[in-house]
Amino acid sequence: MPPLTRWHIKSALVYFVAALLAGLGLALRSVMELPSIVGALAPVYFHLLMVGWVTQLIFGVAYWMFPRFSAEEPRGNEPLGWATCWLLNIGLVLRVIGEPLMTLQPNVIFGWVVVFSAALQWLAGLGFVVNMWGRVKEK
Amino acid sequence: MPRLSVFFIRTALLYLAAGFTLGGLLLANKGVPLTPEVWRLLPMHVEFVLVGWTVQLAMGVGFWILPRFLRPPARGDERPVWAAYLLLNLGVLSVAFGQWLAWPGLIPFIGRAAETVAVGLFAIHAWPRVKPQGV
Repeated sequence: MPPLTRWHIKSALVYFVAALLAGLGLALRSVMELPSIVGALAPVYFHLLMVGWVTQLIFGVAYWMFPRFSAEEPRGNEPLGWATCWLLNIGLVLRVIGEPLMTLQPNVIFGWVVVFSAALQWLAGLGFVVNMWGRVKEK
Repeated sequence: MPRLSVFFIRTALLYLAAGFTLGGLLLANKGVPLTPEVWRLLPMHVEFVLVGWTVQLAMGVGFWILPRFLRPPARGDERPVWAAYLLLNLGVLSVAFGQWLAWPGLIPFIGRAAETVAVGLFAIHAWPRVKPQGV
């Protein structure tokens, strides 16, 4: 298993646990009083699960298992693969921090953190598509 | 990788790009509001990333890697799966654009029905391929 795949899959596992903890916090609100920031975690919970866990697991496994691009670059452009990994993870972490803060205390700084996180995740998605496109091919 | 999987997976990649673009716009609009109109893209974002990307990728990879038959055709009858590919994408586009453009409710309903038939056809195709090796 290549190092980039290990980073993706281990990060995905961390997000999986974090997502379920966020879900647990959201569910706890119906049985006890919790700080208002917990209530702002609903979109974070869903995106930890779908972007952090599901999509990132797919990125890692696809990078590992999809047909080879060429003899010289079997897994496509490796620096682009690493850039995708960092962009996705930094973008998602910034979202996890910025989005609830923006919901509770809207201000310009938190607002631009959210915009920056959106841009990083968007670039990660495009980077993955560009890198995988040539590897999705007939034998 | 068989041609049908190439179609499924490359289409899924296009939906990933489109879904992430819509998601990026929606999230950026939370940080620095552009226009409330952006919120109308939410159902399209959800449809593209959940069905267009995730479900379609799973179908494409499943068609590729599930165990093959000893006698040709190795992956069984491909025609129902081609039909599933067309119906799934017809469904995704009908649901996404029907909700975004507020088309009559019948259009998203037909889209959901097309997706359901697509998944049913895929399940019927895949069922006998879920078997021990060498059978």
